[in-house]
Amino acid sequence: MSDTHVSGIANPITPEPTDYIDGYEIVIGLECHAELATNTKIFCGCANRFGDEPNTNICPVCLGLPGSLPVLNRQVVELAIRLGVALDCTVQGSIFHRKNYFYPDMPKDYQVTQYDVPIDINGHLMLANGKRIGITRAHLEEDTGKSTHVGETGRIHGSSHSLVDYNRAGIPLLEIVSEPELRNGDDARAYLTELRAILEATGVSDAKMEEGSLRCDANVSVHRPGTPYGTRCEVKNLNSIRSLGRAIDYEARRQIRLVESGETVRQETRHWDEADGRTHTLRVKEDADDYRYFPEPDLVPIVITAEWIDGVRGTLPLLPAARRARLTQAADGAGSADSVALLVERGRDDYVLNAIAAGADPGRALVHVENNLPPDGIIVVSPGDLAALTQLEVSGKLTATQAKTVLVDLIALDGIGDPAAIAAERGFEAMDTSVLDAAVDSAIASQPDTWAKYLAGDPKVAGALVGAVMKATHGKADGKAVTAALNARRDANG
Amino acid sequence: MAQFETAIAIASAVRSGRRRALDVVDEHLARIAESESDIHAFNVVTAAEARAAAAVIDKRVAAGDDPGPLAGVPVALKDNMCTRGIPTTCSSNILKGWRPPYSAAVVDRLSNAGAILIGKTNMDEFAMGSSTENSAFGPTRNPHDLTRAPGGSSGGSAAAVAAGFVPISLGSDTGGSIRQPAALCGVVGVKPTYGLVSRYGLIAFASSLDQIGPFSHSVADSALVCEIIGGHDPRDSTSLPQGFPAVSGQLGAGVHGLRVGRITNLPCGADADVLARLDAAFDFLAHAGAIIVDVEVPAFGYGLTSYYLVAPAEASSNLARYDGVRYGQRVDAADTEKMMIATRTRGFGDEVKRRIMLGTYALSAGYYDAYYGKALKVRRLIAQDFDAAYQHCDVMLTPASPTVAFPFGSKGDNPLAMYLCDVFTIPTNLAGHPAMSVPFGTGAEGLPVGVQILAPSLGEAGMFRTAVALEEAMQ
Repeated sequence: MSDTHVSGIANPITPEPTDYIDGYEIVIGLECHAELATNTKIFCGCANRFGDEPNTNICPVCLGLPGSLPVLNRQVVELAIRLGVALDCTVQGSIFHRKNYFYPDMPKDYQVTQYDVPIDINGHLMLANGKRIGITRAHLEEDTGKSTHVGETGRIHGSSHSLVDYNRAGIPLLEIVSEPELRNGDDARAYLTELRAILEATGVSDAKMEEGSLRCDANVSVHRPGTPYGTRCEVKNLNSIRSLGRAIDYEARRQIRLVESGETVRQETRHWDEADGRTHTLRVKEDADDYRYFPEPDLVPIVITAEWIDGVRGTLPLLPAARRARLTQAADGAGSADSVALLVERGRDDYVLNAIAAGADPGRALVHVENNLPPDGIIVVSPGDLAALTQLEVSGKLTATQAKTVLVDLIALDGIGDPAAIAAERGFEAMDTSVLDAAVDSAIASQPDTWAKYLAGDPKVAGALVGAVMKATHGKADGKAVTAALNARRDANG
Repeated sequence: MAQFETAIAIASAVRSGRRRALDVVDEHLARIAESESDIHAFNVVTAAEARAAAAVIDKRVAAGDDPGPLAGVPVALKDNMCTRGIPTTCSSNILKGWRPPYSAAVVDRLSNAGAILIGKTNMDEFAMGSSTENSAFGPTRNPHDLTRAPGGSSGGSAAAVAAGFVPISLGSDTGGSIRQPAALCGVVGVKPTYGLVSRYGLIAFASSLDQIGPFSHSVADSALVCEIIGGHDPRDSTSLPQGFPAVSGQLGAGVHGLRVGRITNLPCGADADVLARLDAAFDFLAHAGAIIVDVEVPAFGYGLTSYYLVAPAEASSNLARYDGVRYGQRVDAADTEKMMIATRTRGFGDEVKRRIMLGTYALSAGYYDAYYGKALKVRRLIAQDFDAAYQHCDVMLTPASPTVAFPFGSKGDNPLAMYLCDVFTIPTNLAGHPAMSVPFGTGAEGLPVGVQILAPSLGEAGMFRTAVALEEAMQ
């Protein structure tokens, strides 16, 4: 087993957001399978539902009984168009093929799938960090049944027998294939995060990795820049976004170690083991698998009109990238890209926008929603109250710490209360400008050396001056207001 | 052979209350009891179910209800059409004992028309063959000469009609499996336009070629059965949107002015007695006012080779599901893969294995373009050539089979000789066109000869008119 070569690799490895490891470029392409959120299966009327008793959602068609024939579910095509439009793909008329191989959980011993004419091609997806990743294709296919191997390990080796549940057989899937344009585990995770968000937002799939309705395999290779691509390995069993990042990082380092020690990377399929944090050989691709693809004679070509595509386009919701752009614009320079991405991912962008529309300071609103409001569920504080709170802050009437306290109180009151009134009850007095000015002048006067350094542009000394003001005002002064006052004096001085 | 009642005559008598359906069924069961041991047309005779169904028909008639245009008519089905609760085997050991949980579309349509299923008929295993000798349950014998094959693969259905066991039966035709046994058994056999009869519940041999059609004594019976079983079925994606062309009303329209094509480049190989009957058919039709036109269908001769790539390729995939996991016979072994291999090794006969291997090879990486891909191109060429020829004629005539019924074992050791049985029938399957065989006298040793009538897509009306004219010529 090739795994002996890599037994010395430290584990787990913290992923680093770098495109190179030891001078090697990592080349990653992802193949994701999304179960479509249809009512029924792809070729029959059986329910598409997760978690039912085994072999209850089955019929002659999805069991592949002799004489049964498939009929394509129109909703499946509709959702494929939907994803295609969302990923900016060319959506085209397409056909199905049969992929022939024997496997007990595949009822017909062939899979009906799309081959050289997939429904969606040439799209792309924008990562939250601004990188553009090409989508080679997204094609439709039927899912297989699910085997449970009964025995010690739960895997097929050493099991006494296997049980097959055909409820999953015939569940519609879209296989979404990225270009090999990802260069590190972080970007791969960002890609999968974004794809999941798009699948959810469009209603194409519920995209739950824990239930298997979104599954991901990674093709990983390494090479030195300027040299041909290395041999790739396909890594399977990536059951979470976190696993994806870990597995890629492990696999890239494993391959680099092999190349560095003068060995060759073998083309193979590898299994990610979450427990030991390593990939293990699953099967070696000695020859290319021969699936004997040929056009599925039981189905007719899918015809898609421009009107159909346009109709679907008209019903698409705003997608995550557009929502990030909208929030970034509304925030008017406040808030980091990460913070914007996080709020969109949490679905809090509409709330922030409403607060800003109600007059909130964008920067303070972002901070409160990200840190001081619950990450999911209902927000009891109205956008208007949040706006009022941020105004108290920017006008210097509340410090950041005080504002957070008021917010916590307001949440405890189920949002029924007035931020200014709560602040007053708490005794958070408004800081009079003249008091602040006096304290600032006093701090400058008592620390002339420090002030001189501040004037000379040394930012490290600011803390001492602000600290003195805070002490004089018993912590009621707002840090930002103090800094602003110091800067105003420095600028006047200059 | 004795003259047997037509389905139309039986249904008319039953609907009017002149005859009881139960009596009709019992008469046919009696004939089966008398001769089935000689013929072996059936894999299963459903006597009890048939008598029960007949009793229901009789009650309905007594109550003033009309059970339909096939009221009380016994019907036999080739054993590759699923019948709920009744064994359906494709004459293969691998499906022995399998009882489908659902019925084929044609079964429901026949039943809704008042027909009564009397049994499932023998066939070449999975419809692969031209003599019914490839059945795992023993061959069917030709009622005209028990030492000879009835043709195939729908040999049991053809023989059942020829022997008077049923007035009508259904077969399936992938490369001639209705028309060739019809010719050899001296009955009418029809392969409709691809897509006119639902394949839902027909166990696939080659999906893009398979089509269900009837056997009968009279052309009118076949026309009626086609109208009943034909028409759109949403459960079959390849089903055409329209109903079966209305043919029954035009059967008597005659052939005056009809342009009948004689293919000038017909592959050689037909026996002289068969060709003599074909010439007689042209002469008769010309006499009846048809215009005989010489036409060329250049790619006709490539049909056989194209077919023996396309059909096995699809079959290799269609038959993959018989793996012992879910239904049918299983031969246990140490692990799943070994179980599958043992099951398929034991379960399939030689001809089925031969075609699975042919098809697997034709689809393999590196060979696809040279074999399957090229066969598809030839297939398109054949369709184009037919379309061009049909600019000049309305129907064409060819032999249905190169020979009359042949003795058992005469081709058994030579698959290629057997494949040549279908040289005249295969091109229409590749084109998706309708075609039928009508008995037109006898050839060597007094055995029946069938003339094949070909027609363009959805050209069934002209095809049936021609058939009726030839039928009348023989009366």
